[in-house]
Amino acid sequence: MGKDMSYEAVMSRNNEIMKKAVGIDYTQFEYDGIGFNYEKMMNKTGYDLNEIIKIQEEGDVGNTPVYELKNLTKIARKLAPEGKGARIFLKDEASNPSGSFKARRASVSVYHAKKNGYKGVVAATSGNYGAAVASQAVKRGLKPIIIQEVYDSTGAGQPEIIEKGRKCEAYGSEVLQLSVGPELFYTFLKVLEETDYFNASLYTPFGIAGVETLGYELAEEIREKTGKFPEKVIVTNAGGGNLTGTARGINKAGAEDTEIVAASVDLSGLHMASDKDFNRKSFTTGHTGFGIPFLTWPDRSDVPRSAARAIRYLDRYVTVTQGEVFYITEALAQIEGIERGPAGNTSLAAAFSIAQEMDEDEILVVQETEYTGAGKHPTAQLTFAKKNGIEVKRGNPRKEIPGKSIIIPDSPGKIKAQDLDVVKLKKSHIKKIIEFNKVDKLSEKDMEYIIEETNTDYEFVKDTLNEMNVEV
Amino acid sequence: MKKAKKGDYVQIHNIILEADERSENLPEETKKVPLELKVRGFLIDDEAQLNDQVTIETYIGRKIEGKLIDISPTYVIDYGEVVKELLPIGRELKKMLEGSE
Repeated sequence: MGKDMSYEAVMSRNNEIMKKAVGIDYTQFEYDGIGFNYEKMMNKTGYDLNEIIKIQEEGDVGNTPVYELKNLTKIARKLAPEGKGARIFLKDEASNPSGSFKARRASVSVYHAKKNGYKGVVAATSGNYGAAVASQAVKRGLKPIIIQEVYDSTGAGQPEIIEKGRKCEAYGSEVLQLSVGPELFYTFLKVLEETDYFNASLYTPFGIAGVETLGYELAEEIREKTGKFPEKVIVTNAGGGNLTGTARGINKAGAEDTEIVAASVDLSGLHMASDKDFNRKSFTTGHTGFGIPFLTWPDRSDVPRSAARAIRYLDRYVTVTQGEVFYITEALAQIEGIERGPAGNTSLAAAFSIAQEMDEDEILVVQETEYTGAGKHPTAQLTFAKKNGIEVKRGNPRKEIPGKSIIIPDSPGKIKAQDLDVVKLKKSHIKKIIEFNKVDKLSEKDMEYIIEETNTDYEFVKDTLNEMNVEV
Repeated sequence: MKKAKKGDYVQIHNIILEADERSENLPEETKKVPLELKVRGFLIDDEAQLNDQVTIETYIGRKIEGKLIDISPTYVIDYGEVVKELLPIGRELKKMLEGSE
């Protein structure tokens, strides 16, 4: 061997390591200029919907139930103006084998790894995905290694993340538990190089294709139950894969008019790579610290071109607070009789608010839940927050300051999803494309790519480029 | 001193990057501490005590070296304490529902 294993040396081998570990030559999708052929990438390396359904049936994944949340709908209608208050439905993804929708993503990656002769799979994750990869890997006789950011420099970790690590190990995975820092990626690369295992990245076409069944199923299930497709679907958003796959699946079901709403927990002001901030947040995923950077620059992921491109599919993006999500988690248990994990309820908190803007005969679907248990539970997480000096109180959630306070709404009427400026986010994405590629002039082909990528039109892109003094 | 025998389930610790080897673009508080790793597995050495340099075999059979930091490590997680800010929510909502019947 004698390979240089220093940080710089391993990071500089990123491309060659990834090519082997994912088995995709991404250069074949690149256009001349700044863009790449997204649909070609999805078609060539992905599987079609019927193949995915079969793979997932083999892995006991999917076909999760849809529940109508009648009591939460009643409360929403009491708070809404006359005639407002959409019917709220929930797709219970917690009933997948590993307790979250991530089983869908893992199932395809693990299947693909097995088919291509890999002996094991490696995933970097905050936990739900790790559990999913481990769970699917044991079913197919592959060896899972999960790499997880767990502790701060004092050795303390969030109860939620400790529980997720436990779950990965419960399925027979090797779990590499790291302290805070983005150099987790260095450990990830080293492990791929040492083992020649498959990179079960969250961001390959396999992972995203695995989520398409979620969108497809929910569109079909709602049509069966109510006679029509839902007006809106709300998706908890972090790296963008949940939203991308769900939206693509909804389109494949023919529900082209369904509006896709992203929702994240507002963690503004907290630095995701900070040893100090790490244990001052109560959400380790589904938050703006991943949601916004991945929306405006999807290719920050662990593959050259991410298949998770929420920017292409979202119609609207809202945030809710940690306190609002804890409130709705308690409400879901207390009046719907469904106890599920807090982070997955981010979209439910947003849905409760957005339903009040919609007409009574309209339908709103919350597209996931996740499992709950010791550690991964509002009482465990709020106890931990208090011990870390976070003020927890009831009141107006708009006054919550991430890292300093968690404000549980003192009435359900105070749950109010806050809109982010999607136009601004799209402009920010265009700006990042220009900065990354260091160009001051774009071809017509480049323009086409940006229009498609941002789901906008020629005028919008041209105006944005003009603001940046970039010629077309 | 606690001792572990071959085959015991243990936890080891490693420094992956010393503070001065870490990535450039980090917040100050992260840059001044090392990047650490903890892994659990089964002890390969015949016998060891805490702080010894040992080798373990993980669940999937990989061998990893490191400093022994725990023998029979458990996961300390629970439901925390009663959170009085959450307790009233159920009854408040049920009262609202009664009014709507």
